[in-house]
Amino acid sequence: MGYTIYDKLWNEHLIRSYDDGDSLIYIDRHFLHEVTSPQAFEGLKKKSLKPWRINANIATPDHNVPTTRDNKFSIESIEDNISKLQVVELDKNCNDFGIKQFNINSNNQGIVHVIGPELGLTLPGMSIVCGDSHTSTHGAFGCLAMGIGTSEVEHVLATQSLKVRKLKNMRINFEGSIQEGVSSKDIILYLIRTIGTAGGTGYAVEFAGSYIRNISMEARMTICNMSIEAGAKVGLVSVDDKTIEYVKKHSNLEANLINDAIKKWKNLTTDKEAMFDKEIDIDVSKINPQVSWGTSPEMVIDFNEKIPSSSIFSAEKRKSLDLAKNYMGLSDNQELSDLDFDKVFIGSCTNSRIEDLREAAEVLKGQKVSENIQEAIVVPGSGMVKEQAEKEGIHKIFIDAGFQWRAPGCSMCLGMNPDQLSPYERCASTSNRNFEGRQGNLGRTHLMSPKMAALTAINGRIVKEI
Amino acid sequence: MKDFIEGIVAPIDRDNIDTDQIIPTEYLKSIKKFGYEDYLFDGWRYKDQGRLGMKKGERKINHEFILNNSPYDESKVLLTRDNFGCGSSREHAVWALRDFGIEVVLASSFGDIFYNNCFKNGVLPLKLKKTEIEKLFSLSTDSPVSISVNIKDKVILFKDKLSIDFDLDNNLAERIIYGLDEIDITLKDSELIKKFEEHRKENNPWIFE
Repeated sequence: MGYTIYDKLWNEHLIRSYDDGDSLIYIDRHFLHEVTSPQAFEGLKKKSLKPWRINANIATPDHNVPTTRDNKFSIESIEDNISKLQVVELDKNCNDFGIKQFNINSNNQGIVHVIGPELGLTLPGMSIVCGDSHTSTHGAFGCLAMGIGTSEVEHVLATQSLKVRKLKNMRINFEGSIQEGVSSKDIILYLIRTIGTAGGTGYAVEFAGSYIRNISMEARMTICNMSIEAGAKVGLVSVDDKTIEYVKKHSNLEANLINDAIKKWKNLTTDKEAMFDKEIDIDVSKINPQVSWGTSPEMVIDFNEKIPSSSIFSAEKRKSLDLAKNYMGLSDNQELSDLDFDKVFIGSCTNSRIEDLREAAEVLKGQKVSENIQEAIVVPGSGMVKEQAEKEGIHKIFIDAGFQWRAPGCSMCLGMNPDQLSPYERCASTSNRNFEGRQGNLGRTHLMSPKMAALTAINGRIVKEI
Repeated sequence: MKDFIEGIVAPIDRDNIDTDQIIPTEYLKSIKKFGYEDYLFDGWRYKDQGRLGMKKGERKINHEFILNNSPYDESKVLLTRDNFGCGSSREHAVWALRDFGIEVVLASSFGDIFYNNCFKNGVLPLKLKKTEIEKLFSLSTDSPVSISVNIKDKVILFKDKLSIDFDLDNNLAERIIYGLDEIDITLKDSELIKKFEEHRKENNPWIFE
């Protein structure tokens, strides 16, 4: 009998099991941001409790921060008073409890799921939680990583543990080589389209196969990031040389320590004999660039396909499809390429890493954003990504093309800061959710890869051919 | 103690209702744990765009939305379909349901994180079979009905017309019935956690750097 990587991580962190089927697991790393933490800190204060292990916690403000800020910016400069209060509150709570924070002026501030790995704070084998569903991103490093609610944030702060039930095991085998112009974003969108937004519910999903082994850590992060959109709060990739190489490059650990660690990390793979509750094989060589058309991340088609006609679906499904079409201003059998776009957003914890920016910049070199596009913004995921891009001159390509080069944050993925869609505006977005109102009240989101977003910026429409 | 809930069923015939629909991002800017009742299903409930701090009375009401109409404005039970509460981990979604007065959500499946969050806040999410959900829709769609949920006996009743037994782990049922504080319970295992931590530090010192 063999173990899956999820089983191994589970056993490694299991403190105790209860009679009722729940278990208590130990939490190695806890990331915090300003939106889901204030009520948890308030709870701690009310109970006169302190964080169990201070240095397990790392905080950064990312959701509310304006991306138009410069070096002179301070919290006080946030114009929206309600947003400001939340950032101030995080600052205050981190100071009160002595928690390490990369504040709004820090060079290391950024989207929490981007800074974790690049600052070496995400290490293979760790259990990682954050009050944010995209915590699954860190699973790319062979971590047991999952999003939690605010009550659980408080529980982790107070007890360094989490009460959970073991998930079932699923493996997705991505085999083959991708076509030119296809990226990891297309692969994960295709998966969600195939298994649905509840396809992974109740499972820890391991992404495996020759495709996964061949891609970069950044691309693996994009895939694990969106496992929650497929319903799975845990997404994982077994550790290999690429994982270790990345961690070595980004970690500040002493050489001795890291060598000891590597010996352990190499075991963080699924055993050959391991059994999965569910396995799905996907041939990636047939996958085209994917674009979402509706209001759920499973409403996805190939970039050159037509909006599906509702009539071929069951009555129950038809209702959702019709509601989505109505919201998105679409009709049956309409060509995606007929739609006029208003805005383009390149960013979010899904696609704001250096590789994503390079992919978009390559398309934009020597090109101009279409006159029909009112605003095209690119928001690097972190201070480090921004710096690296500026070193490579990528920012110049974006700016010359007509993009706005912004400061790091979650930005228009969910529009808690001023980066939002106005009603009925149509946006080509590299983010992860196309829910109603997600990017702004009545805004219309089409999810796609950085490359497709860049092409849409140039043409003002989704291209028919690539 | 809360082991019996009785109230009007509000049917919302949609699948994949995500937490952005239950409560939009704007209201996540609050640093409070209560006061979300006026923002539940904000995008569907109102015809204008709201801001945190605005009250229901200041908004343009969408009278076509079920929760705006009597007696559904006092519903305790929400009836919906597949994958309710998918999406973001925001516990504000449960707080909004709770503050509005929803005590039970009936659906054929739930988002994992939302499902967990419910039990921390006294909201009971019940997974029912698709056929049972269908039956409840046909019962409650034309005119308002009030059903009862007996958490101890694990049964949903509507007069003599309906009786549905549901599955619910005892520990989850107890969390709703007694509203237990999980932190207090876990801290009883403090010594165990400490021992585990020491052992982990010995074998994986890099994690504790």
